[in-house]
Amino acid sequence: MDEKRIVIALAGNPNSGKTTIFNNLTGARQHVGNYPGVTVEKKEGWLKHRGFEIEVIDLPGTYGLSAYSPDEVVARNVIVNDKPDLVVNIADASNLERSLYLNTQLKELEVPIVLVLNMADVAEKNGITINYELMSQLLGMTVVRAVGTKNEGTVTILDAVVNTFAGEDKPSERMLRYRPEIEEEINSLLELPFAGRQSGSPSSEAAAAAGNLDGILNYPLRWTIIKLLERDRELTKELENNSEGKVLLKQIEQSRQRITDKTGDDPEMALVEDRYAFIRGVCREASQITVISKQSLTEKIDNVLLNRALGIPLFLGMMWLLFQLTFTLGTPPMEWIEAGFTALGGWLNEVMAEGLLRSLLVDGIIAGVGGVIVFLPNILLLFLGIAFLESTGYMARAAFVMDKVMHQAGLHGKSFVPMLIGFGCTVPALMASRTLENPRDRLVTMLVTPLMSCGARLPVYTLLIGAFFAPQIAGNILFSLYIIGIVLAIIMARVFRAWLLPGESEPFVMELPIYRLPTLKSVLIHMWERAWLYLKKAGTIILALSIVMWGLFTFPTVDKEGYEFESAVEQVENSYAGRMGKVIEPVLRPLGFDWKTGVALVAGLGAKEIVVSTLGTLYSIEDEEGLAEEEEPVVKSFAQRAREQSGYSPLVAYVLMLFTLIYVPCLAVVAVMKRETNGWKWPLFTVGYTIVLAWVVCFLVYRGGLLLGIG
Amino acid sequence: MMSKTLKDLAPGEKARIKAVSGNGSVRRRIIEMGLVPGVELTMERYAPLGDPVEVSNPGFFLSLRKEEADTIVLEENAEEEQ
Repeated sequence: MDEKRIVIALAGNPNSGKTTIFNNLTGARQHVGNYPGVTVEKKEGWLKHRGFEIEVIDLPGTYGLSAYSPDEVVARNVIVNDKPDLVVNIADASNLERSLYLNTQLKELEVPIVLVLNMADVAEKNGITINYELMSQLLGMTVVRAVGTKNEGTVTILDAVVNTFAGEDKPSERMLRYRPEIEEEINSLLELPFAGRQSGSPSSEAAAAAGNLDGILNYPLRWTIIKLLERDRELTKELENNSEGKVLLKQIEQSRQRITDKTGDDPEMALVEDRYAFIRGVCREASQITVISKQSLTEKIDNVLLNRALGIPLFLGMMWLLFQLTFTLGTPPMEWIEAGFTALGGWLNEVMAEGLLRSLLVDGIIAGVGGVIVFLPNILLLFLGIAFLESTGYMARAAFVMDKVMHQAGLHGKSFVPMLIGFGCTVPALMASRTLENPRDRLVTMLVTPLMSCGARLPVYTLLIGAFFAPQIAGNILFSLYIIGIVLAIIMARVFRAWLLPGESEPFVMELPIYRLPTLKSVLIHMWERAWLYLKKAGTIILALSIVMWGLFTFPTVDKEGYEFESAVEQVENSYAGRMGKVIEPVLRPLGFDWKTGVALVAGLGAKEIVVSTLGTLYSIEDEEGLAEEEEPVVKSFAQRAREQSGYSPLVAYVLMLFTLIYVPCLAVVAVMKRETNGWKWPLFTVGYTIVLAWVVCFLVYRGGLLLGIG
Repeated sequence: MMSKTLKDLAPGEKARIKAVSGNGSVRRRIIEMGLVPGVELTMERYAPLGDPVEVSNPGFFLSLRKEEADTIVLEENAEEEQ
């Protein structure tokens, strides 16, 4: 049984079309999770080919295997610790030299490789002819052609995997040789009594060293030595922790010194240069450029999109369009879902006897979870738009256009991407921040990302804007909230950078991938992965919190003397939730909020959507006093009730939206942040600073508004 | 004499890399991306706000900030120009 199973790891540069190949190989049979201990996304998939069960692990996209980003460390650890049977390396055929760099690194990890030259169509159009046969010989591995976006080469890849695994295609063991001065040092270091791998009788000192160095020497020896000569951060750190390791490091330093003396180049540069020299040799032999490429489509598009005058307006326009589409297209399906939930609630009200259970189902669960699922169309559209911008390659341009602004704010052009994803959901946004290599840059990005108005806050805005503002200005009001979030994020980033986390920021060395029209399938899969996170949140955390909130509103059902309350309003006022709202009312009073708003905001600590469902619950409970309005859609009746009962002015409604925007990201975010930063310090700090900031901003806006006579 | 760096290249100009100064992770990232001595780069454009810049090498486009571009020392190709 076991021999019929092959575990392969998919490696490749970012933008090499790795995800598309992964989707082609595995279809929908995939699972998204995290690598243990780090929040680098781990995707796995399964398939069957020629009687073999093939498991595919998607490694993070990396350019090399140095220890400079968590992605690269994860990639190499998976290869070394999980021991996949072979690695399928996806390279961009139109950009061979750069793509093959990772290949030389993988080869040194002594794992069998199948090299896939993806995007072969683009390469061929650019006049690049590749001799696959010859390249296979030169690199000592099977090299196959593929066009991921057209699903070409999928079977060839699988055949190559099976053949290599079955031993029909034999990868050569020959390693890349560096210049003699370096090889000499590598060889003399290999002579050292490492981990008892050396024959003969090592001295007792060396034997002790062998024991202590075991953990590090999990990696292939030659690779370890080369990495140490490059001053690999992770490996060096591990060695520094024990005395024998320090001895080894001293040897390494001496070797480095000798290499520098002899070659006049520092070892890092010499090693990379030699790898590129090797690659260039292979490319020169096995590929040919027949046409001098003229200006490519990508350059033409960039001449417009990155134009000095048009770049920023086009970027802002693109973002504006994204939001307009999200809301215009999202409204009709939203209304259908709403009608569905209202009908479900109405039906339950009919078939069930009045009592706590019915109240729990209708007022608690359906109102709470339904109020969140209603916004799924908007969120799907937003994620669809973001997935499209990401897969076309525009996202990198956005970072390019925005870097100066971001850099001045103490952030990084790349911070822009997680922040943009933050408009959808902060949870994947925090995960996306791992593309930032510098820990300080990453932390500042994570601290301010919650200020990007996420999809969960949208229900709050939609309801309040619908209730208090004319349809003509609704879009502008909404846009202003998003803009305020961005401005606050920039200000806070500056503050954090200056006071909390001073220091050098990360370099901005980023590839601008060629533009590509993504396949519908890959955009949809991408969208779905993120939407699924949102739905899972609705299904778990929000369901639980809806029940808790319902309980807080429903109990106690009788007053201290055991009598029933005279009215529903009185009951709510005396419920646990009402009491909590009353306790914090004095603090919220200066912002124009009453105790009910306080209750909703307390509820929203768990998840922002709940601000709405709580307000909904509050008003639907009160509503039983008056007319039964079961048939009316939730939003509309809420809008009416909110206007009639809350006594909010549009100013207060706006301030409430602002408060919702700024204060405390949801529980899921706090949990993810705790995991990302390895502790409670930063998530708690975020909770604290956002509450204070929300209060201050809201106070200023509310008082300012009153002074100006608005509201 | 100050040597010419990538930062000094105007859009449309080409030059060969002579050395990459700087150190640590920035330099490593730059050289691993293939910007090693001998490689010819074309300055494509400056970003709308003047920084970062975009350079190309047949096959790919790379953006870097001016402070990083300043670490890439270029060959003075006076003879080639004649």
